[in-house]
Amino acid sequence: MEANTRSTGRLPAAFLTPGSSSFMDFLSDHQPEMLPGKRQLPPTQGVIEAPHGTTIVAVTFAGGVVLAGDRRATMGNVIAQRDIEKVFPADEYSAVGIAGTAGLAVEMVKLFQLELEHFEKVEGTTLSLEGKANRLSTMIRSNLGMAMQGLAVVPLFAGFDVDRDKGRIFSYDVTGGRSEEHGFAATGSGSLFARGAMKKLFHKDLTEEQATTLVVQALYDAADDDSATGGPDVARRIYPIVTVITEDGFRRLTDQESSEIAGAIIERRLEQPDGPRAALL
Amino acid sequence: MSTPFYVSPQQAMADRAEYARKGIARGRSLVVLQFADGIVFVGENPSRALHKFSEIYDRIGFAAAGKYNEYENLRIGGVRYADLRGYTYDRDDVTARGLANVYAQTLGTIFSSAAEKPYEVELVVAEVGETPEGDQIYRLPHDGSIVDEHGSVAVGGNAETISTYLDQRHEDGMSLAEALKLAVQALSRDTNGSEREIPAERLEVAVLDRTRPQARKFKRIVGRQLGRLLEEGGASTAAEAEDPEDEE
Repeated sequence: MEANTRSTGRLPAAFLTPGSSSFMDFLSDHQPEMLPGKRQLPPTQGVIEAPHGTTIVAVTFAGGVVLAGDRRATMGNVIAQRDIEKVFPADEYSAVGIAGTAGLAVEMVKLFQLELEHFEKVEGTTLSLEGKANRLSTMIRSNLGMAMQGLAVVPLFAGFDVDRDKGRIFSYDVTGGRSEEHGFAATGSGSLFARGAMKKLFHKDLTEEQATTLVVQALYDAADDDSATGGPDVARRIYPIVTVITEDGFRRLTDQESSEIAGAIIERRLEQPDGPRAALL
Repeated sequence: MSTPFYVSPQQAMADRAEYARKGIARGRSLVVLQFADGIVFVGENPSRALHKFSEIYDRIGFAAAGKYNEYENLRIGGVRYADLRGYTYDRDDVTARGLANVYAQTLGTIFSSAAEKPYEVELVVAEVGETPEGDQIYRLPHDGSIVDEHGSVAVGGNAETISTYLDQRHEDGMSLAEALKLAVQALSRDTNGSEREIPAERLEVAVLDRTRPQARKFKRIVGRQLGRLLEEGGASTAAEAEDPEDEE
């Protein structure tokens, strides 16, 4: 267990063994039961009921990338939580948004954040954006056993690549398969509708402001057609979480800022409920 | 067949302590000082890549003098300990006191185990609090003891002279530039009382800054920022070092 509960109190050998800069490698050596993927699942009948997070969207713009998520978690046909947070900073230049089993996803994010921070402290330098994306891939793959029992976690990873000076998006499947998305991407139950909306609204020269509006539009459309995705909740003042990553690092829009974006969209949709129209030709 | 000579336990420990102290004394000294907004680490280090100071956790920093491979090992052990503790419980549950205890136990066990060679290192573990009263600085000598320090501490080759110099001149509530100036003046004093100049590019400086908005308070000060601070403090070492009353 904890280092200082050992009889002599000194750091156990695993702590002082040089070699790995990975916290997960260290854990799998020292305390494998702490790793989510190393747990034994009891045999179960049917699907395990647990809260599921729903839609996450991401869009690149000139100078960075925007990652946003709605606030709903569902369990079957019940709304499990109205104000869940599904977008997290992974480190200073990247963020991860999660769809799938909320409990496992939040644990995965916590471990992922720690993995990146641990590497940075041990090595004195940060992982490349590709390296971070690959690390997340490994973590999803280790969850495959759970995924096959219906407890899948499918994140979306976005970050600013300081070497290439641009925002990048990576999407995943349940088996840990990773692919880089160009322009925009979505994951979760409402992703089909969100992707459709983004396809019509996206262009290469978006500004940061347009990109943040675009993601909220896409989430609005997802909530419009998918019962598991929550739209802006004006009565309770619960708005989508919108985060922006540029060369200045990670920033989450304040509630005030995202309520203004959502407010403007709702205003326009009172006249045009299906949202902005794209040109026919 | 040789007959082993009897060595009294006192003598054996004294020899080991002597061995460790000599190893530490070969390294350059470093100092850790409190200033108004946190804790500053200053040392002479010609290498840009092999650091003497580093981040352990949100509010905890680490400084070491002595043998590089040994303190690097302890540093990584500390990072693993802190990260595991934070992951098991909560980020707030990682404290400098806990870490210092683990280091003390580790160094102490190694020091008194005849099968191992004593570590030739002296560590400083510092934690920045919400207020200056909450700051903690622990010095961990090679034998596993812990010294709870206040205001300033020096470790390494010339630690005694430097400590005395710092104790006489360090005040609470110094600005970063003032603390840095004092640190550089202290480091440029040699054992025989003479002084030498330490150019900015040979200085390694890091701070635990409680005013930083991020959770992680550790930050290295390099390049232009370091130059500006040194200028602000007027720390051209030797010339002004004689006169502690000197105001800029």
